[in-house]
Amino acid sequence: MRRLPPVAITAIVFVVGFALCTAQFPNFASTRVAANLLTDNAFLGIVATGMTFVIISGGIDLSVGSVIGFTTVFVALAIERLGVPPLVAFAAILLLCAAFGAAMGAIIHVFDMPPFIVTLAGMFLARGASFLMSTESTPISAPLYSTVSDFALRLPGGGRLTAIALIMLAVVAAGAVLLHFTRFGANVYALGGSRATTALMGIPVGSMTVRIYMLSSVLAGLAGIVFSFYTAAGYSLSAVGVELDSIAAVVIGGTLLTGGQGTVVGTLLGVLIQGLIQTYINFDGTLSSWWTKIVTGILLFAFIALQQAMLDIARRAGPRKTGVLKS
Amino acid sequence: MNAASDPGPALLEVRGLSKSFGTLRALQEVDFTLRAGQIHALLGENGAGKSTLIKAVTGVFPRDAGIVRLSGSEVALGSAKAAVDAGIATVYQEVNLLLNLSVAQNLYLGRQPTRFGLVREAEMRRNATALLAEFDLHIDVAEPLGTYSIAVQHITAIARAVDQSARVLILDEPTASLDRHEVEILFAVMRKLATRGIGVVFVTHFLDQVYEICDRITVLRNGRLIGERKTAELPRIELIRMMLGRELAETTSERAAAQVRTAGELCARFEGYGKAGYVAPFDLALRRGEVVGLAGLLGSGRTETARLVFGDERADSGSAAVDGKPVRLQSPRDAIAHGFGYCPEERKTEGIIADLTVRENIVLALQAKRGLAKPLSRSEQDEIAMRFIRLLDIRPPEPERPIGLLSGGNQQKVVLARWLATAPRVLVLDEPTRGIDVGAHAEIIRLIRELCDDGLALLVISCELDEIVTYSDRVIVLRDRAHVDELEGEAIDISNILAAIAASSTIGAEVGQA
Ligand SMILES: Nc1ncnc2c1ncn2[C@@H]1O[C@H](COP(=O)(O)OP(=O)(O)OP(=O)(O)O)[C@@H](O)[C@H]1O
Ligand SMILES: [Mg+2]
Repeated sequence: MRRLPPVAITAIVFVVGFALCTAQFPNFASTRVAANLLTDNAFLGIVATGMTFVIISGGIDLSVGSVIGFTTVFVALAIERLGVPPLVAFAAILLLCAAFGAAMGAIIHVFDMPPFIVTLAGMFLARGASFLMSTESTPISAPLYSTVSDFALRLPGGGRLTAIALIMLAVVAAGAVLLHFTRFGANVYALGGSRATTALMGIPVGSMTVRIYMLSSVLAGLAGIVFSFYTAAGYSLSAVGVELDSIAAVVIGGTLLTGGQGTVVGTLLGVLIQGLIQTYINFDGTLSSWWTKIVTGILLFAFIALQQAMLDIARRAGPRKTGVLKS
Repeated sequence: MNAASDPGPALLEVRGLSKSFGTLRALQEVDFTLRAGQIHALLGENGAGKSTLIKAVTGVFPRDAGIVRLSGSEVALGSAKAAVDAGIATVYQEVNLLLNLSVAQNLYLGRQPTRFGLVREAEMRRNATALLAEFDLHIDVAEPLGTYSIAVQHITAIARAVDQSARVLILDEPTASLDRHEVEILFAVMRKLATRGIGVVFVTHFLDQVYEICDRITVLRNGRLIGERKTAELPRIELIRMMLGRELAETTSERAAAQVRTAGELCARFEGYGKAGYVAPFDLALRRGEVVGLAGLLGSGRTETARLVFGDERADSGSAAVDGKPVRLQSPRDAIAHGFGYCPEERKTEGIIADLTVRENIVLALQAKRGLAKPLSRSEQDEIAMRFIRLLDIRPPEPERPIGLLSGGNQQKVVLARWLATAPRVLVLDEPTRGIDVGAHAEIIRLIRELCDDGLALLVISCELDEIVTYSDRVIVLRDRAHVDELEGEAIDISNILAAIAASSTIGAEVGQA
């Protein structure tokens, strides 16, 4: 018998959770709730996709929350103060994010520094820079913003699949293809297996590292844009702690925190589980929304314990397979 | 043996290569010439500089001086990737594999067949299956490599390199964990490559294999070139003298006449001991002062028996007794508490802690056995470390060097020392002479005999039958994960062991579980 892959466990947790919510609130199981789940967590789904690449490659990116915050402020000021067309502002910020991520990746590789430290510095840097630009919330009133927030695909049953939800689903799908079906993706797993070995196998470890952190920062930038659509404002304090939410989503999604294993679909499920808890709390109406954090914490702990147990089992697992050797 | 007579054009030329690590001069002005179609042995003691030479050539280490020419033109290879692009494929001694990826990905990482940027998984698997079939290996290539045995992993690494070797193939101790049959397959592949004009560099400590397959031999000693000879013109004694710089009393493969030791009292006894799907139940008695050898093909259940005995794997049938008292061996910890020691086969991954020093690695198991409450004093540690460094001739003899910076063979010696230092009552040695040079090899065999005379009970696993015959008082033969025969006294010789291994000769059986 094959062992259940971690992502299947995540899927089961999600389905069971959804069923429990439905049992308590009969109108929970509607396209409306489902569509809102996707919309409310669109920005988290996007950053967490980037985080999945980083963690599978054996790294971590603590800067993403700050990059989102920076992006919202940058976009708001560019559009509102400087009158830059929104699409130009988006292109500029995505380029800036790419450069920022590339720089972090290069520092990690060239100076052989722990990603934790480098991206922690990146986190302070990006957050500090957004405070420098503005300390108060800047509303965005560009016409593009109202067009985007008005756009939605109507689902049977009254749900509205919004533009930002669609962007998130597209990012997840593209991320899954990139991770699971390309050479780049295979190299990401290889790095998470062992950097030294990957180098000996002739993979350009340096440029891979740069590209992985670049991807994460660009997706954080995109998440920032989506976040600015969602809130129609830019604020330097937005998305504080989102790096931790996204790491939690990735781990709950079955990705090994030490790297080498994981899936993008799992991450999406991890994001939705967190969203599900929040939605339950909204339905209930009496619970404090901090319960989201508590339940997420418990789930995180359970998943890490589960992964450790599975690793131990794998290590002790009976005989290593021997090939058939015919003489 | 190929026609060694007409050498092809020079393919890979190394001139005046030097490399130092700090003050340690690992290579000094080494020259090396590989010709097209040649299988060239690179030999030397542990720490002679073989692996360093390879890495300096392929660009993994920057070199201090010297040039490398490929087909006559000078090349500056800056990384493992540049070497591969130039047509030089290498299996490094610390085998380059990723256990979390599938077998197929390991074979084709970085060069997967793609269409529109997407990896063509089905085609890659087909190619992988076909490639491994050349090595007579028929496995599911979609499974993670980590689920397969070490031998399968090594063959995978070799197959990748063979497939990439456009001009030069370098193999650093590829046969260390392969069985006779697998070695033969590898040799057949090497010969095929040579006839295609590819040059092969082969590093090994098995001199029989050198004489079987190599056309030429280059010997290094202490980082210097000692000489290059035709294999056919270099007698074995002379080769050993070149490697060691002294004579070696060739006593090792004789079975000592006075070996009829009186077996001591019973030390540990296993009855009906086994685990379903792992090793069939067996009876095993270990007596003081006796060496029991385990012989059999790779995957026949030798290592599995050792792991059961050491509690690394839990038995699901039978009973164990130590000194007549029943015991439960649920974990290595239980086994250590009863005076067992186990020196594993996979020393590279299971054995060493790369960042710790040689001294710390040696005292590790002894300290664990004594418990943290009774720390070994620094002077005790120094004394123990120096004793084993001298005994096993660990080089360089510096107890404070991080073990990761030692040569492969010297790392093996350190792990061996770790278990010897615990002075166990029952010691299990899995392939104790793997990757160890001829000089130290003799030392280790002598040491095994001495340990026995001191009243230790030993269980030794080895692929090298002449070695088993040399020191064993009893030999247990395994086949298809079951103990099938036991030889004692006069009956112990290579042909009897081979006969027992081959008795049913249904070696093709798939022994793994799924
Ligand atoms: N990365 C390193 N840093 C420092 N010293 C090293 C390093 N790698 C090797 N050495 C030293 O260089 C010398 C040559 O080592 P090398 O690994 O080339 O030996 P070898 O001939 O391959 O031996 P073996 O048969 O044991 O594999 C040894 O003394 C070793 O301690
Ligand atoms: Mg070596």
